[in-house]
Amino acid sequence: MAPLLELRNLSTHYVSQRGTRVVKAVDHVSLALDAGETLGVVGESGSGKTTLALSILRLLPTAADNAGGEMLFDGEDLLKKSPEEMRQIRGKRIAMILQDPMASLNPLFTIGDQVAEPLRVHEGMGRRSAWQRATALLKSVRITAPETRVREYPHQMSGGMRQRIVGAMGIACEPRLLIADEPTTSLDLTIQAQYLALLRDLQREHGLALIFITHNLGIVAKMCDRVAVMYAGRLVEFGPVRKIFDEPRHPYTRALLQSIPRFADSRQRLTAIGGQPPDLSALPLGCAFHPRCPDAIDRCRGEAPEETGAAMGHTVRCWVAGP
Amino acid sequence: MASRVATATLGWTLSTLRMKGFPWIPVGILFTIAVVAIFAEVLAPHSSEVGSLGERFKPPAWQQGGSSQFLLGTDHLGRDVLSRLIFGARVSMVVGILAVVVAGTIGTTLGILSGYMGTWVDQLIMRVTDTWLALPALTFAIFLAAILGPSEMNIVIILTLVYWTRYARVIRGEVLSLKEREFVRLAIVAGCSKWTIMKRHILPNVLNTVMVLASLQLGVVIIAEATLSFLGVGVPPPKPAWGLMLADGKKGMMAGYWWLTVTPGMCIALMVLSANLLGDWLRVKLDPQLRQL
Amino acid sequence: MTPLLEAVDLAKHFPVRRGLFGRARGAVRAVDGVSFVVEKGRTLGVVGESGCGKTTTAKLVLGLEEPTGGSLRFEGADLTTLDTAGRRRYRRGIQAVFQDPFASLNPRMRVGQIIMEPLITHERIEGADLKKRLERLLDRVGLPAKAASLFPHEFSGGQRQRIAIARSLALSPSLVVLDEPVSALDVSIRAQILNLLRDLQAELGLAYLFIAHDLAAVAHMSHTIAVMYLGRIVEMGAAATVATTSRHPYTRALFAAALPSHPDEKREEIVLAGEVPSPLAPPSGCHFHPRCPSVIRNRCPGEEPKLRTIDGIRVACHLYE
Repeated sequence: MAPLLELRNLSTHYVSQRGTRVVKAVDHVSLALDAGETLGVVGESGSGKTTLALSILRLLPTAADNAGGEMLFDGEDLLKKSPEEMRQIRGKRIAMILQDPMASLNPLFTIGDQVAEPLRVHEGMGRRSAWQRATALLKSVRITAPETRVREYPHQMSGGMRQRIVGAMGIACEPRLLIADEPTTSLDLTIQAQYLALLRDLQREHGLALIFITHNLGIVAKMCDRVAVMYAGRLVEFGPVRKIFDEPRHPYTRALLQSIPRFADSRQRLTAIGGQPPDLSALPLGCAFHPRCPDAIDRCRGEAPEETGAAMGHTVRCWVAGP
Repeated sequence: MASRVATATLGWTLSTLRMKGFPWIPVGILFTIAVVAIFAEVLAPHSSEVGSLGERFKPPAWQQGGSSQFLLGTDHLGRDVLSRLIFGARVSMVVGILAVVVAGTIGTTLGILSGYMGTWVDQLIMRVTDTWLALPALTFAIFLAAILGPSEMNIVIILTLVYWTRYARVIRGEVLSLKEREFVRLAIVAGCSKWTIMKRHILPNVLNTVMVLASLQLGVVIIAEATLSFLGVGVPPPKPAWGLMLADGKKGMMAGYWWLTVTPGMCIALMVLSANLLGDWLRVKLDPQLRQL
Repeated sequence: MTPLLEAVDLAKHFPVRRGLFGRARGAVRAVDGVSFVVEKGRTLGVVGESGCGKTTTAKLVLGLEEPTGGSLRFEGADLTTLDTAGRRRYRRGIQAVFQDPFASLNPRMRVGQIIMEPLITHERIEGADLKKRLERLLDRVGLPAKAASLFPHEFSGGQRQRIAIARSLALSPSLVVLDEPVSALDVSIRAQILNLLRDLQAELGLAYLFIAHDLAAVAHMSHTIAVMYLGRIVEMGAAATVATTSRHPYTRALFAAALPSHPDEKREEIVLAGEVPSPLAPPSGCHFHPRCPSVIRNRCPGEEPKLRTIDGIRVACHLYE
């Protein structure tokens, strides 16, 4: 069965006003996601993971533009769609949740208006029926007393509730794919647990595919089927979650996994990654990770590694990664 | 296609006007005015205060009846307009800069004290500021001018008294949010006294705002001075001030002596526009997150 | 042996002003009677969610807020009875590192000035002496000597946090309050900083009050963990025990909510109902009772449980009486 979403050598570049400086925010990224699956895109600041999410929805800021590759969603290349067609896809077939729920909600409109909006825009529902659906949606994201909440305003809600409302807006039109950009970073731990449990249930009920953009490997471990690890705009490793956690092939993935404190750990010192995260406007030659890589060889300093392992479903970009 | 071209042209025009890069033209204009003001004695071809009645109402050199002796013509007393403009620059510059500097110093100090110390100090300063702000600026200025009497120094004092409040308010707001920043908390934890913190941590970090405010205020102050002179309560004649020239020239408008109002008016406009553009550029350059002033 | 820092029934209530005349009506009990101890050279980790009072506790310890009740003793001396000289000594003994490396350093001061500011505030030191101390501090945190003449914006987040740590050590304190020291840093940098903090503790015998929401990091760094909920400590004990076999229903839910480090890591799934309540209107009796999966209906809403010691752990819960 064909994957729901397939990115082939996708590149997105930021170009400075005078066209002199090019920042390759996303550089030849290829990955695939099946219907109903959860993909985790992991990376730190400057990894390009948020730009990747925005690229899929073609919501890039004016300074950025697609610089090659294909984005196949349900077999159709999104890059070839007109703005009008993209507008029909956004919110209806692909939805997105952002990190800061307060930024996603308009403080001047009621919750009901905002949850009903995608219904009215995409499904042409009338106000009354849209509000009824909105109330039902709030219930499905486990908001208590939805009939009253519908009339209230965002500032009257707690952070966790706002995030759930944003989730309700996301699933309103029953999209096939939901992209969540750091959806739990601002939430308390127990609220995060509630929220992730909710997302998992919604996924099961609606057959939703999820993409989690996060820096937190814990979320990946808990929620994801496949993982894509990004570093300096490139996809350095991609594969099924267990494989990545048990047999990481890329030194960055390996180092990242080892540097995280664990509960049942008797280690005295964590294995730290030296150096600093990369500056996208001044990337080193060759592999972007080589200055910090414990396994770097000469080839890494001069040549950017090619992608290997596609046939096994576990790709990696590294000269020293074993077969 | 056409709409794209139009949008691009509009964008280019706006961005050039907004001078995304260093604002050469406004700074150049202000610098020129400053130089002219300093070297007025050398640059002015004639006296700015004494004229000969036989030469009155001469039009500018390029018009019929004009002469190259009086490049921009003469006024109702036969005084050379160009020379008066040059000396008038001095008045505008001196008054403008002094007023801005003094008002800025007083306002910033009070703003910092008010914002950082809070409690009764804040209440007191803010109530005074509020009351002051409630007074209509120009009316208040005129009132003060009537009491203090016309003189250049008095104008500076008056403008300072009227305009210090803007600084106090804005700076206080900055300080309130700066106070909560972690480096200020760490300074308290390190044992620094309140005064040290205000001097070492708060002041340097509000200077950006002060600079932006000051350049924007320069325009305001110059117009205020011009207005006061126009109304006759500003710099006393025969000393030339652009506002005063406007007032005098007003009478000649009907008779067609356009250069008497247009030239000082343009000077005022150029100076204020340059100050505003500079301030605007500074605002974006120094802190793009600065709230609308 | 006298503990380094001892809090007994520490409380901080913020009055809520209502009405035109600002008459206080009720209070936000940010910290509501907490007692804990920090031993010399050891780390006390404090965990809890928003509104639990851990940040206010840190502020009380640092002298940024005055307690409204209870006492705080540093090296045996009661904070409230200190005179100016005593307060200065207190300030020398307790320093802090905060969460945001970008806001912790004055952008207009050079790094050298930032690090040495606490020292020059307390001592008359200058010239070569000052330079030597500065270089030693920079070296301790792994920064080159030339960093001293640069400005904060020339450094990355992780490096700035090192500068903040160097500053906190300038006065050779005995206790450093670490308020979320690595939460704002990139994941790959966190381990560097945590290792540094651990090394410094071993070298200098520093005690830490470590506040964080990353439970695994707290468990890794702390000797003792205190769990706070709405201004009260609900459980406190040895880090390993609290992390793996916690007693209080809230602690268990909290640690169950922590994210796994492997997809197959089995963890008890406890999903709490409801929201974290606001400290403005805390539930009666045991603050946790509306969300507690093991609530005793006729006891918990009415009676506030006291901290009792069970098997070496202190728990405030009716289930353990």
